[in-house]
Amino acid sequence: MSMTYLGKAVSRVDGPAKVTGAARYAGEFPVPELTYGVVVSSTIARGKITRIDSAAALGVPGVVQVFTHENRPHTAYLNRSWRDEVAPPGAPFRPLYDAEIHFSAQPVALVVAEDFETARYAASLVRVEYEQGPHTTDLERERGTAYVPPKKRNGIAPPPDPRGNAVEALAAAPRKIARQYVSPFEHHNPMEPFATTVLWQDAGRLTVFDKTQGVQNVQSYITSVFGLKAANVQVISPFVGGAFGSGLRPQYQVFLAVMAATELERSVRVTLTRQQMFSFSYRPNTIQAISLGARPDGKLLALTHEAIGNTSQHEDYQETVVNWSGLLYGAENASFIYKLVKTDWASPADMRAPGATLGVFAIETAIDELAYELSLDPLALRLANYTERDENDGKPFTSKELRACYQQGAERFGWSKRNPAPRSMTEGRELIGWGMATGAWEALHMKAAARATLRAGPMLEVASATADIGTGTYTIMAQIAAETLGVPIEAVSVKLGDSSLPKSPIEGGSWTAASIGAAVQAACETVRGKLFKLARGLENSPLANADIEHVEFADGTIRLPGDPSRSVPIDRALAAAGTEALEAEETVGPGLISSRRFSRNTHSAVFAEVRVDEELGIARVTRVVNAVAAGRILNLKTGGSQVMGGVVMGIGMALHEETMPDHALGRFMNHNLAEYHIPVHADIPAAIEVIFVEEHDPEVSPLGVKGLGEIGIVGTAAAIGNAIYHATGKRVRDLPITIDKLL
Amino acid sequence: MGTEASAAGVFSAAVRPVTLSVNGADRELRIAPWTTLLDGLREYLGLTGTKKGCDHGQCGACTVLVDGVRINSCLTLAVMHEGATIRTIEGIGAEGALHPLQQAFIDHDAFQCGYCTPGQICSATGLIAEGRARTPEEIRELMSGNLCRCGAYPNIVAAIEHAMRVAETAP
Repeated sequence: MSMTYLGKAVSRVDGPAKVTGAARYAGEFPVPELTYGVVVSSTIARGKITRIDSAAALGVPGVVQVFTHENRPHTAYLNRSWRDEVAPPGAPFRPLYDAEIHFSAQPVALVVAEDFETARYAASLVRVEYEQGPHTTDLERERGTAYVPPKKRNGIAPPPDPRGNAVEALAAAPRKIARQYVSPFEHHNPMEPFATTVLWQDAGRLTVFDKTQGVQNVQSYITSVFGLKAANVQVISPFVGGAFGSGLRPQYQVFLAVMAATELERSVRVTLTRQQMFSFSYRPNTIQAISLGARPDGKLLALTHEAIGNTSQHEDYQETVVNWSGLLYGAENASFIYKLVKTDWASPADMRAPGATLGVFAIETAIDELAYELSLDPLALRLANYTERDENDGKPFTSKELRACYQQGAERFGWSKRNPAPRSMTEGRELIGWGMATGAWEALHMKAAARATLRAGPMLEVASATADIGTGTYTIMAQIAAETLGVPIEAVSVKLGDSSLPKSPIEGGSWTAASIGAAVQAACETVRGKLFKLARGLENSPLANADIEHVEFADGTIRLPGDPSRSVPIDRALAAAGTEALEAEETVGPGLISSRRFSRNTHSAVFAEVRVDEELGIARVTRVVNAVAAGRILNLKTGGSQVMGGVVMGIGMALHEETMPDHALGRFMNHNLAEYHIPVHADIPAAIEVIFVEEHDPEVSPLGVKGLGEIGIVGTAAAIGNAIYHATGKRVRDLPITIDKLL
Repeated sequence: MGTEASAAGVFSAAVRPVTLSVNGADRELRIAPWTTLLDGLREYLGLTGTKKGCDHGQCGACTVLVDGVRINSCLTLAVMHEGATIRTIEGIGAEGALHPLQQAFIDHDAFQCGYCTPGQICSATGLIAEGRARTPEEIRELMSGNLCRCGAYPNIVAAIEHAMRVAETAP
């Protein structure tokens, strides 16, 4: 069946609001008699507050209150009450809970004033004295204390079981390599700082405008931490200025804003500074070790992958790091270890393709190293070890078009023209290198609900409590609705980011398009069925003998294809029945049998070209081709942008991004956007090409969709690192690959 | 938040009336002299289209046009711009009457989350007026003060190139 909207390059339906500045983000909602809260952050990494003096701040006219651990209101006692939908095992951080300092830049006070300038000034007057304790922030130094997390994080696959005997197979392997890879702390740094505006209404009702990837997750956190009724707390987040995982958990500004609003019975806004954006949620610092044993023809005989990542003292944050090598490569002997080290930092958090970016960087660099060890083409080595099933559990995939990704990506990139010898290509004073890598991510379908309401016009509204963090959720919801009911996309309005809407999981994991998409389609199909009944039941209905299988819904009508006389406009069907609106809410979840029987993943092949000026040590990425197999692509425009954005963040990971700790102080030193380098315009080539490889997969989700939010970043850093090796003959195994490492 | 808005706190003694010409209209604010132009626009005039991303002139999200020149509004004080002509994203175009650059951003999918977008568009407006950028490389170099974490850069450059061509061929 030909599609009007699905699979097409449809422009964002929220585009006009975003390009005119009309889209409102959490810290921008106009609220009468608003007060402003400014956070005071700790200057030590670990210890105790011995004295906190708010007198000078309180003496400033216009200051309403200074909240500290000494005067904070009562909050929940049990850890259970503080755990949100995605909390890892452990005790979640409690802002202003007691005198203990758990990490540097921990919030220690909130100054609330009638205007922002007063609050900011008064915050500088709060005097805090500390008894400093010894802190440990250095993963490398503490790696001896690494432990296997005793309690697994919900939804995160544990490392795969060992296969065969990796130790013996490695010892016996004719060719082998053993390497260590290090990745730094990275911060999400969405352009919008975290902010919350709480509108306090009479009778204690709160409307909470929050920057979040999960309005219902925040709502349940607030109600359980403060003992409030769900009916009295509505969380709204129509636009999110980027998040990349940092908005999955409720962050401390929402706690502080709600606390102040309920205590003061006033409306309150708390916006974090860019510096404070470095005080929570980051990609953990990791050390990985990989050993590969192979036959001279490239066949892998043994694979071991071990990863150590840092976590906080109070939570065992976990992500899937080592499983990807096991998923991609079929070594008969393999072992996988994933351990944590406790450090005096805030808890890490999911950051775009959590775990996979790191694990795939390591294995895909190691495979490249092995290819040079064996004098084989890196792509040929991957094909020699290609597997049609998930090697971790032996399950077949719902689909896996990775071979086509390799083939189409290589052809587009011109891989066959590559001279494998390092330093073999130059132009002017620049060395040119070509590298490639594989990418993989999960293709999850989560239980979610949506509502569809059809009115005369026709006007169609679809609603779900999900989020659009720039991913294009608004647009695909509108496309699916318009397609299913045959109305123009302009007739569809989309509501999301409101906790009162039908239930949705947090927006993350690349599962939103598959999950919310399925729910929207189901709700629209139910409305479609109701509408057809109305149309067929009309007096002398031209569709009297038709059945729903044989009619089409198009151009705002229900009609028999090929017979324009047998058509009923939607408006006429509604009017004749005296029906103001047809409405349906549907919940759709994954098929449990299918979940058990199949592995479900997206795959990609990333090819990168770099140019390196050896005298200056500067590496530039000049070309990237990313061929992605991700099932059905709902929107070529926004989908392409998702992958391109992932590639850009992958370039940042490869060349720029690193939050630098000073271990003597236990503090991040470059906590600003001048010194924490993310790619800028000049760093990014125009030539980022995204290829969507055809992948028909009715098994993976009702729409055949796999999701695109994360796959674009996975593999990119390895492809660039491999290209830099090809250009220079230098193998850099600790990210990012900065000038000092290339000189 | 109306046309007249004022600071109420400790600085009430220092608060003074300031008249700013914003998007073609005179707006009176009562603010402390150390209120940044960015906070003046966002918190006192309700013009939240101009974004605060870092407050340190490091990200460009707060870019506005003052007398046609693009500046970071977080690095300057509102009181310094009495008598100047200030143009924010709200003055570039509105829904239903989009500026060609705004339409080009939509057509090229030159944004995702949208938070850096008003700054990118104001900066690009200033860039085109400067007439210095002729090639994609020059656009990239001269737009490098405007960060985009979603990574829409290639599409932003394509949208600006398109709008530059439209501007050149306009009568």
